Amino acid sequence: MAIFNLNINGKSMQVDVDPATPVLWVLRDHLDLVGTKYGCGVAACGACTIHLDGNAVRSCVMPVSSVGGSKITTIEGLSENGDHPVQKAWLEHDVPQCGYCQAGQIMSASALLSNNPNPSEEDIDNAMNGNICRCGTYLRIKAAVKTAAQNL
Amino acid sequence: MATLDKKLDRRSFLKVSALAGGGMVLSFSWLAGCKPTEEEMIGLPKEWFELNSYIKIGENGAVTLYSPNPEFGSNVKTSMPMILAEELDTDWKNVFVEQADFFPQRFDRQFTGGSQGIRQGWTPLRTAGATARALLVAAAAQTWNVLASEITTAAGKLEHKASGKKAHYGEMASLAATLEVPEEVPLKEIKSFKIIGTSKRNVDGEKIVTGKPLFAIDHKVEGMKYAALVMPPAFGMRLKSFDKSSVTGMSGIMDVFPISLFKEDYARNFFDTTTFPEVVAIVGNSTWEVMQAKKNLNVEWEKAPESSFTLAGRGGGTSTATIPSGLENTLSHKARMAEYIQKPGNVVRRDGDPEGAFKKAAKVLERTYTAPFLAHNTMEPMNCFADVKGDKAVVYGPTQAPEFIMGTLVQALGIPRENIQINLARMGGGFGRRAYSHHMVEAALISQKIQAPVKLVYTREDDMSAGVYRPTYSATYRAALDENNNLLAFHVKAGGIPETPLHANRFPAGAIDNYLAEAWDIPSNITIGAFRAPRSNFIAGAEQSFLDELAEEMGKDPIEFRLELLKRAETNPVGENNDYDAKRYAGVLELVREKSNWNTPQANVSRGVSAYFCHNSYVAEVVDTVIKDNQPVVESVYAAVDCGIVINPDAARNMGEGAVVDGIGNAFFGELTFDNGAPSKRNFDKYRMIRIGEAPKKIEVHFVENNEDPTGLGEPLFPPVFAAVANSLYKATGKRYYEQPFAPQLEMQNLRM
Repeated sequence: MAIFNLNINGKSMQVDVDPATPVLWVLRDHLDLVGTKYGCGVAACGACTIHLDGNAVRSCVMPVSSVGGSKITTIEGLSENGDHPVQKAWLEHDVPQCGYCQAGQIMSASALLSNNPNPSEEDIDNAMNGNICRCGTYLRIKAAVKTAAQNL
Repeated sequence: MATLDKKLDRRSFLKVSALAGGGMVLSFSWLAGCKPTEEEMIGLPKEWFELNSYIKIGENGAVTLYSPNPEFGSNVKTSMPMILAEELDTDWKNVFVEQADFFPQRFDRQFTGGSQGIRQGWTPLRTAGATARALLVAAAAQTWNVLASEITTAAGKLEHKASGKKAHYGEMASLAATLEVPEEVPLKEIKSFKIIGTSKRNVDGEKIVTGKPLFAIDHKVEGMKYAALVMPPAFGMRLKSFDKSSVTGMSGIMDVFPISLFKEDYARNFFDTTTFPEVVAIVGNSTWEVMQAKKNLNVEWEKAPESSFTLAGRGGGTSTATIPSGLENTLSHKARMAEYIQKPGNVVRRDGDPEGAFKKAAKVLERTYTAPFLAHNTMEPMNCFADVKGDKAVVYGPTQAPEFIMGTLVQALGIPRENIQINLARMGGGFGRRAYSHHMVEAALISQKIQAPVKLVYTREDDMSAGVYRPTYSATYRAALDENNNLLAFHVKAGGIPETPLHANRFPAGAIDNYLAEAWDIPSNITIGAFRAPRSNFIAGAEQSFLDELAEEMGKDPIEFRLELLKRAETNPVGENNDYDAKRYAGVLELVREKSNWNTPQANVSRGVSAYFCHNSYVAEVVDTVIKDNQPVVESVYAAVDCGIVINPDAARNMGEGAVVDGIGNAFFGELTFDNGAPSKRNFDKYRMIRIGEAPKKIEVHFVENNEDPTGLGEPLFPPVFAAVANSLYKATGKRYYEQPFAPQLEMQNLRM
C-alpha cells in the first residue's frame, strides 16, 4: 500500500492503495466516482475512458502509481453542470440506449474535439474506434459529435 | 370512448396503496431489509397522494409514475410511463419517473424480454392511467357538486365548462385517493392521443451523460465488501478442491469459500440456467484486490460426470434434465451437425405431399446454412449487490426476470419469499442474458455467509466464458422446381446444439402446397439461453438467404417473389396454424421497396433484401453494400417496421438502428468457438465486436402507420439483418454466404475486413 495524491476534476484527492491498482478502481471503489465504467480490464472496449492532461486514456490499465502530477478528468468533472457541448449534443440526439458505455464515449469525443475542433468523418471513426457500444448507437454518437463540434 | 372492465380488486388496490411510500423512499428504506411499518408510513411525505400502484400526485400537480419493468436499454422506462401519462391526461412536463422495485402484488409482469413489455403493458398501463384520471374527475365532481360526465381534462387540469370551475390535478389528488375505484373506465380514442406517438427523450438521459450512479455495479453502502468468483475453466469441468491459504495472506482478502446455488431437492425453473452451480467466492476490501486473488487461487478442477436435475414444468409437474459429460470442441460440433443434416428429423409440419413433389421435380435447389455460438457481451458485466442479515435479504442487481430468480433465492438462502426484496437496477445491456440471474443468487449467498453487504462483479473473462450463449445452429433448405421453374415443394430441416431454431408454422409455411419442416437437436453441456430474438436470429437469415437464391433461380425479383408467396398465404392459405398475418407481412415489403427506391438501383451499390416476422411484429430491410478500397462496406440500411402503434417514435428508431448495427456486427464477426470445453475468446481483444467505423453511414427506420395495438420492437429488427447483408454481399462479390460469421470467407476472397 502507498499514499498517492491525485488531481482529479480540479480537486486534490488522496488514496492509500496498492500502487498497481488501476486508476479505474481507485476512482470507483476508493473515491466513489462511479461514472467511469469497467468493461474489459484490457483497454479493449473504452468504457473506462478518462482524460489525463486532456488526452483520452483507458483507466483500466493505468496503474495509479503512473499518474504522478497529471490532471485526471472523469465524466463527473467534464463540466460543472452537465452542460459540456458534447453532453448537450448527446441529449439532443437522445443517444443512449442502455447508457453503460456512454460516459466513455463522451470522454473520447470530448478529448477528440478539444484537440481537433473540426474532425472529419474519418477522424471521428479513428478517435471513437476504441469505444464499443453493444447497443449499436454509433450513428447517433457520430451525429452528436458533429453537433458538438458546431457548438464548441 | 372505448370502455374497459376494471379487473383490479379494490381491496388489493388499497392494501398496496397503504404499503406504498413510493419510489426511492420505499427502495431505500427496504434496503435496510424490512418493510416499512405503519408508524413509518405516517411519517412519509403528506404531499404525495397515491391513486394506484403506478401513479401518485402531489399537491402541486406533480406526478410520479412508476415504470414497472426492468430497463435494459429498450427505453421502457420512458415509454411505459408515457402510456400512463397519456390516459391520465397529464402534461409530460409534470412527470417524474421512478423505477419500480420488484413488487408483484402491485405491478403486472415485471419482466423484460421477448419484446413484450409494451405489448403486454399496453392495456394494464392504459387502464391504470385512465383509472387515476377517473378518480380525479370524480373528486372534482364531488367538490364542485356537478356531474362527472360534464368535466373535461387536459394536460393535468380539470374543467367544468358550464360553471367555469377549474382545478389542476394536485388540488383534487387528496380526495381522489380516498374514492371508490370505478368498475369501468373510459379509455381515450387513439386519435385523441397527445403523448403517445410524440418523441420524448430518455428520462435517464441527463444522469447517463453526467455519470451518475445508475447501475447495480455503481452501488455502494457503508461497510460493503467486494467479491469475485473463481469458476471452472471449461464446460464439463467442476470444482474438486481449492487451497484457501494460497490467497488469504494477500492484501485486502477477507475470506474464500465455495458456494452452491441449488439445494438437492430444488426443482429448477426454465430460467434457472447456470453453467457452474458450484464456484469459489473470494471476498475482500476492493474489486482490484479480489481480482488479484482470483488469479492466484490454487484450485483443482475435475471432469464432471453426466448429471441430472429436476426441472419444474411450466404447467406444474416435473421432468428430469440431463447434463452430458465431456469437453466439447467446435470441430466436433460441426461434424456432428453435418451428420444430423443427413438423418431424418422430427416432422413438425407437413402440408400436401412434399416427398412426392420432390420426386417429380425437374430441379432441386438445396443449401445449408450455419451459425456459431454467440456470447451476449453486455457492456456491464454480470454483477450484483446483496445485503443478507439473519432472515432478511435485499438484492439489488441487473435482472430482466426478477420473478424467475425469486424462487431460486428462496431455496438457496432458506429465507421466506416475503423477507427477500429484489430491487431493479438499470442494466448495462441485457439482450436476453439477464433473464438468467444467478449472479443475484451468488451475491446473496456470499452476503449471507459474511452477514454483511457485498458487491459481486464478474470480470469480463468470467462474463464471456460463463455460458448461457446463443446456440450454434444449422438449417438445410430444399426447393423443388418443375421444368418451368414453378415451385412445387419446400423443405426445411433445421437443428442446433442444443436446440432447434425452427418455428413450425412460420412463413413460408402457409404459402406453399407441399411443405415439410423437420427439427433436430444435439445435447450439450454448453449452456444456452435467450439471445435477442431467440431462434429467429438464425433461422431468419437462413430462410431469407435461401428465398433470395430461390427467387434468382426462378428468375424473379426477390421482393416480388416474396409478395407472390404472401399473396397466396393471404388469399388461399395452406394449413390452419400459420402464425403470421400475410397482409401485414407484405405491407412492410411494400414499404421498404418504396423507401429504398428498390426499383431504381444505383450504380456500384449492391442491394439485398430480407423480411421476417417475429415477436408479433413485421420487418423488411434493404441493405446497400459497396466495395471500397477492397473492403465491403455497408453504406445504407432501410427498414420498414409494422409494430402497430409506436409509443415514442425517435426512441423506437434508435432501438431499430441499434438492432441493425447489432445484426451487421454479428453477421460479419460474431463467433464463439470451443476448445476442450473452454471458450476460445474471453475478452474483447479476441471477440470482435462491431465498431463505429463499421456501422452504416445511414439507417432509415420507417414505421407502418396504423392503429393496431403495439407489438414487439426490441428484437424484430435484428433477425432480418443477416440475410439482407448476405444477399447484398452476393450482389457485391458474386458469392453466396452460407456460414456465419461472414468476415473469414470475405477475407478468403482477399477482401479486407
